Amino acid sequence: MKWISRKDRAREVDRAGWGRTAGAAIASFIYFFPVLVIIITAFKKHTDALAVPAKLFPDFMGWLVPERLTFTPTLENFVSVFSRSFTTGGAAQDTGFDLFFFNSIFIAGSSVLLALAIGTLAAFGFSRYPLKGNDTYLFVILTTRMLPAIVVIIPVMLMFRITGLAGTYTGIILLYTAFNLPFTIWMMKSFFDELSPDVEDAARIDGSSDRGVFFKICMPQVVAGLAATAVFGLILTWNEFLFALLLTGVDTRTVPVAMSQTIGGDIGVRWGLLAAIETLFLIPVILVTFFLQNQLLRGVTFGTVKR
Amino acid sequence: MTKNFGQFTAVRDVDLTVGAGEVVCLLGPSGCGKTTILRMIAGLETPSSGEVFFAGRNVTRLTPEQRNVAMVFQFYALYPSLTVEENLTFPLYAEKLSSAERRSRVADASEILQLSDILGRKPSEIAEGEKQRVAVARAIIRDPSCFLFDEPLSRLDVELRESMRAQIKEVLLGLSKPTVIVTHDQLEALTMADRITIMRDGIIEQIGTPHEVFAQPQNVFVASFIGTPQMNLLGVQLMNSNDAETEFLLDGEPLKISMGSKVSDSLFGDVTLGIRPRAFALQDAASPAAITIKSEIIEPMGAETLIHGRTRSDTEIRVVVPREHRIQSGECLHVIPDSGQVQLFNEQGNAVR
Repeated sequence: MKWISRKDRAREVDRAGWGRTAGAAIASFIYFFPVLVIIITAFKKHTDALAVPAKLFPDFMGWLVPERLTFTPTLENFVSVFSRSFTTGGAAQDTGFDLFFFNSIFIAGSSVLLALAIGTLAAFGFSRYPLKGNDTYLFVILTTRMLPAIVVIIPVMLMFRITGLAGTYTGIILLYTAFNLPFTIWMMKSFFDELSPDVEDAARIDGSSDRGVFFKICMPQVVAGLAATAVFGLILTWNEFLFALLLTGVDTRTVPVAMSQTIGGDIGVRWGLLAAIETLFLIPVILVTFFLQNQLLRGVTFGTVKR
Repeated sequence: MTKNFGQFTAVRDVDLTVGAGEVVCLLGPSGCGKTTILRMIAGLETPSSGEVFFAGRNVTRLTPEQRNVAMVFQFYALYPSLTVEENLTFPLYAEKLSSAERRSRVADASEILQLSDILGRKPSEIAEGEKQRVAVARAIIRDPSCFLFDEPLSRLDVELRESMRAQIKEVLLGLSKPTVIVTHDQLEALTMADRITIMRDGIIEQIGTPHEVFAQPQNVFVASFIGTPQMNLLGVQLMNSNDAETEFLLDGEPLKISMGSKVSDSLFGDVTLGIRPRAFALQDAASPAAITIKSEIIEPMGAETLIHGRTRSDTEIRVVVPREHRIQSGECLHVIPDSGQVQLFNEQGNAVR
């Protein structure tokens, strides 16, 4: 097998040609369009946000399209995310959204990392030291993800009430960790299953303990898998609404819940404000995904390429 | 040692001793249990019964990391996330060497196996032959109690295989440690081993020097397995024997070969004659000492020509003649077995000496 450098590989990808690239661009645009509309709306004044037909172009693009399709961008929505008056003419008040953003990041980050740590160890165990009836255990783990969240919400709420976990960070983090564990275990197990057992045997022969084999030999090989699993977990947790609505308190509220409570008020739904929250809400996930992108691509194609 | 996997017995009552500095090849068709033996020596498998000793010390209960063996895997098993240099250094950490000592060991090993130029690369970025050399270097960089090779050359192309064979042999000579090589390639075994262990279905069929297993195979299996082209194994009837001459019946036709005094009366009846294709001489006319065959397929092999022929009763016989003999397909040949090289096997397929 000839070794292909990253640069050569990139050049080969280019060979799809302009036609196909254009096709892909159109498809991506259609995918991205709803997100784009939200981002644009975040910069509109209230009246512009409600206009029909939709004003999709900022005014500096006025030379390109008719004037009735343009709007004047403003940052006022972003300011009101954090501080605005709740009654007409009243003084601006702190909305608490800085706390909600912190909560979202803290809760999602902690639970994903926790699930990754526990799930990776569990997956390694399932892969390398199978129990009697290994598949049964894996199946049982997955059953918790076979039901819609709403089905289990009542027993979960009861459990939280009894244990006093309702409204606490510990409670929601534990719940999300439990939620993330099934697919973390399944995904990581498939990554571990792909590794060559010979390499681990070689490490053992070379004097490595089981712990050394796991950390020095196996883990570096599944970094891509870790990244992929982390991003999937992060996106799921980041956007979770139902449990957060019912199980977080005033101090531990996450952004999706707080966002929903923004709807309403004296001038109807403030679409610009909502869009601004959503735009800010997008940033952390986009950043994480972007920085893990290289790993991610390798992660999702793992095992499809011959060793 | 015996090793069972569920109902299946991979290795049955194997008893093997490897001397200090000796190279022993485990040779046999795939699935005969040779790799399982290697893995039991390394500690990667636990024998179902039996024990493993290193220099008189019972290591059966020890884990691989406690046994201090060096092993080269069939698929090299290089650590994919480490560079070549880190691959070589990895086993040295277990030996708790100083960093100066580590550096000099890496320098020595990469010098011997010509790896100095690729030390900084990852295993995915080097060629097959280089991977192989890294795998060998990673083994010889240590100071183990023994060396184990699992089909070390099977993934290389012919040319590379030849040069690596010589290189490994040279390295092994310099190390003089007990070494076990698993292979299914008899040429590899014949060239590299001090002794060859021939296995079939988890049982050792014969242990001997390359010369012994070739010249004095203990049974029909070893006879057919060792040597290319394959030995002719002819089912014949033993009719008559005296010190000067033994008379066989091959497909109903008499064949007289001088077998000496090893033929006892109890052998009369069905036996097998083993004659290597190179142990024939051509003769002009038919005689009771010659087998008459009709040549069918002619395969020139360079210095020699391999002839596939059949007797009148369709028994296939392979004969190798020097290339000076221009044989045509369909030609009738009279071939005389060299009596000194004829093997006799009894009805059970065991050699008679």
